[in-house]
Amino acid sequence: MGDITRLTVHELKDMLDKKEITSEEITKAYIDRINEKEKDVQAFVTLTLDEAEAKSKKIDEDGRNGEYAGIPIGIKDNLCTKGVKTTCSSKMLENFVSPYDATVVEKLNNEGIVSLGKLNMDEFAMGSSTENSSFHITKNPWNLSTVPGGSSGGSAAAVAADLVPWALGSDTGGSIRQPASLCGVVGLKPTYGLVSRYGLVAFASSLDQVGPITKDVKDSSILLNIIAGHDEKDSTSHKMEKVDYTKNLDKDIKGLKIGVPKEFFGEGINDEVKEKLEEAIEIYKSLGAEIEECSLDVAKYSLAAYYIIACAEASSNLGRFDGIRYGHRAEEFSSLKELYVNSRTEGFGEEVKRRIILGTYVLSSGFYDAYYKKAQKVRTFVKNEFDKVFSKYDALLTPVSPTTAFKIGSKTNNPLEMYMADICTVSVNIAGVPAISLPAGVDKNNLPIGMQLIGNSFEEEKILNAAYKFEQKLNFREKYKPDFRKE
Amino acid sequence: MAREDYEVIIGLEVHAELSTKTKIFCSCKTDFGAEPNTQICPVCMALPGALPVLNEKVVEYAVKAGLATNCEISKDSRNDRKNYFYPDLPKSYQISQADKPLCNHGYIEIEDDDGNTKKVRILRIHIEEDAGKLNHNEFGGGSLVDLNRSGVPLIEIVSEPDIRSVGEADRYLKKLKSILQYIDVSDCKMQEGSLRADVNVSVHKKGEPFGTRTEMKNMNSFKSITRAIEYERDRQIDELERGNEITQETLRWDDLEGRTFSMRNKEDAQDYRYFPEPDLGVIELSDEYIENIRKELPEMPESRKERYMNEIGLSEKDSNSITSSKFLSDLFEEAGKLSGNYKAVCNWINSDIARILNEKEEDPEQIPFNAEELAELVKLIDKGTISSSIAKKVLDELFENPRDPNKIIEEKGWIQISDESQIKEVVLKVLAENEQSVLDYKAGKDRALGYLVGQAMKQTKGKANPKMLNEMFIEELKK
Repeated sequence: MGDITRLTVHELKDMLDKKEITSEEITKAYIDRINEKEKDVQAFVTLTLDEAEAKSKKIDEDGRNGEYAGIPIGIKDNLCTKGVKTTCSSKMLENFVSPYDATVVEKLNNEGIVSLGKLNMDEFAMGSSTENSSFHITKNPWNLSTVPGGSSGGSAAAVAADLVPWALGSDTGGSIRQPASLCGVVGLKPTYGLVSRYGLVAFASSLDQVGPITKDVKDSSILLNIIAGHDEKDSTSHKMEKVDYTKNLDKDIKGLKIGVPKEFFGEGINDEVKEKLEEAIEIYKSLGAEIEECSLDVAKYSLAAYYIIACAEASSNLGRFDGIRYGHRAEEFSSLKELYVNSRTEGFGEEVKRRIILGTYVLSSGFYDAYYKKAQKVRTFVKNEFDKVFSKYDALLTPVSPTTAFKIGSKTNNPLEMYMADICTVSVNIAGVPAISLPAGVDKNNLPIGMQLIGNSFEEEKILNAAYKFEQKLNFREKYKPDFRKE
Repeated sequence: MAREDYEVIIGLEVHAELSTKTKIFCSCKTDFGAEPNTQICPVCMALPGALPVLNEKVVEYAVKAGLATNCEISKDSRNDRKNYFYPDLPKSYQISQADKPLCNHGYIEIEDDDGNTKKVRILRIHIEEDAGKLNHNEFGGGSLVDLNRSGVPLIEIVSEPDIRSVGEADRYLKKLKSILQYIDVSDCKMQEGSLRADVNVSVHKKGEPFGTRTEMKNMNSFKSITRAIEYERDRQIDELERGNEITQETLRWDDLEGRTFSMRNKEDAQDYRYFPEPDLGVIELSDEYIENIRKELPEMPESRKERYMNEIGLSEKDSNSITSSKFLSDLFEEAGKLSGNYKAVCNWINSDIARILNEKEEDPEQIPFNAEELAELVKLIDKGTISSSIAKKVLDELFENPRDPNKIIEEKGWIQISDESQIKEVVLKVLAENEQSVLDYKAGKDRALGYLVGQAMKQTKGKANPKMLNEMFIEELKK
């Protein structure tokens, strides 16, 4: 049973249903895999292997309540888990244990899904490489000297390295899709409001969404089925009827209208990325989709608006980490102000501080209109532009990341270059629409190249369907796999 | 120049805690006086990942307050974050409303110093959350944070600078308090902090433009508010008279010292970096929703006043003072109904009860006895069971240890002597002991009768029925 960890969740579920395998066997296979590979990848912040083993044993004994009971998972470390540390990969929350579960975590528990641990990320989800973790750098399994992307780098790397069958990530400006792209796995950012944010430690409240990172498209639709739905505890969560996202995966896409916005293929996008997406377009044509070049000139405005809105909200959201009630408190202080300043200076990393300062600045009186208010206007503009293209197309096809995985340390001294990593993904968050990232091939160095399909609000089904059909045709997982190279 | 040459301009920002059962953004209780940190949850203690959900009752209560103060109700208002650091503010921002408040442009009517009706305009009423409380030095130094109050709903009622005297400020506050109590959205207990006011004061010479204003905080009773305004008015006039300028600043009132201290001036005023609260949607209200609340508004003081004057026959002055507080007005109506003697109840409330409250420096809400007990007291007098002087002693008892007045007079042996033979016995004894008075009376000095009655009262420790005593003396003296 050496290949258990290569299997997708829906494959594992079939085996569990047929009693060809037990939950304990699955969990133990993953524990073995983690023991073998985690030292190279370092995807986790906290492992809960003993608890996972005990829980899977109990599920085998008591019987499986949920459809996916007994399947393990990994959880990004910005989702609150009762009794298990939730650090956001920050020194600030190094020893923080939440007394409650995030709504999505509660849903996993109710389903009987077993957590193997908490996954590494850029501190407070701020970054595109997971190098901003206060604890350690997670490596890309395809080449251990490159980054896994970020901020959900631990989640993407863990799925790519078969350390977990699937994982939860969060996406504020591309934090699920970009690491999924760099690690050759599937990542879905749902429509804003589809998945509850209760218990997701807030970075930018109006942009954050929780979503799946999985081995294939079907697993993403399954995990979305489990986590989606209105939550009374989140006022921004949308009230709608339950959708089965697996239902229409295999639907014929003949006549599906896919727009290819030319602005997403301009300067700065690597040629190999462009080539792979052109091949992808040919695959779609062969599947009967109607492909058309279109215009959606929002990327560069979105990036500017994104960094203003996200930083503004973050500067306020991160105010609660003041050393008073929980989290890091400086040992040395002689006044209240010093308690605040020292605790926050010691507890937050460079990138977090940079964004708090930026966000505080754009909200300051005298600057508010020029920055925050203008960014909100850009946001409305971007939404309108998306509305326009979606009146013509069912989905948009774009790159996810301008490049494949880059070397560790190559961009850490240039924050602006690092921010450009989000150029293809942020407009999706600004508009609030859903998008999926899935592998389209590899570059000459055997590093994965991702493709992004963007859908209209609450039309996840369409992009999942288009992604599934493409995946079936390309067979990426059978052709390529990470080899844990070290150069 | 003299003080009379100056005019004072006063604006008030009143914070009232709403009496909803649960907090504004979570379902924790709002009870006052609970053990520290026993009414808290991840939301109101701002744990990572927790999100606010707006309590619809808060909107309803605030709309009620808006309608009762003649405001326009916004059908499209919004919550905003007000960012600042303080240990009693767990999120490091307060969810409030900045440029789109729930209620705008209202007014309430008060009497000016000449007794004419005037309107004090209300700029806005918005909803927001209260902060927690710091308990200083309770356990060997340092400060401890109690978050029970964190997230208790507040409305802030901001007046226009329409108030022109200390008396007007006092009447405005009392009127506002009574309105909030009538519509039952706040218990307005200043001593528990559920009603608080910040005061803006400026002075200028009559006929000249408004002066620079200062803001005063930390007044915890109506009395300290009026004292603070008087102090600040005089201080500003003195400064101007000395040729100094008034600095725009925030002042803290010190009630013990009877003066203000500077907290911060304009230069180090905080930048709160307001921005729309992304965790909450806009507050959209339909016309129907607003009209339904309007229809359900209870009877307001004006209408009660009319009723008391027209149906019960109270004087305008009595009606005014009874309706100045919903608590008194409710007490009056209930005790009046139970005793069948509204006028007597009115007299008790406006004379003896008012006097005792004044002596104790207490608000009507602190009256410890209920309408039944007051009604019983009135009935005992009406039946002649006790005299009015005994009744006053019963009232004192009711304030000290409220219980059934029948029980009180029984325990204390205060039942009035109305037995004819007992009265006669006392009268004969007093007559025998005061020959001179008897002679005086017979010589035409009517005052001697009062003296004799007084003596008889003294001997019966005030329990003798005064009417019977009087009659009996006259009868005996005729003999």
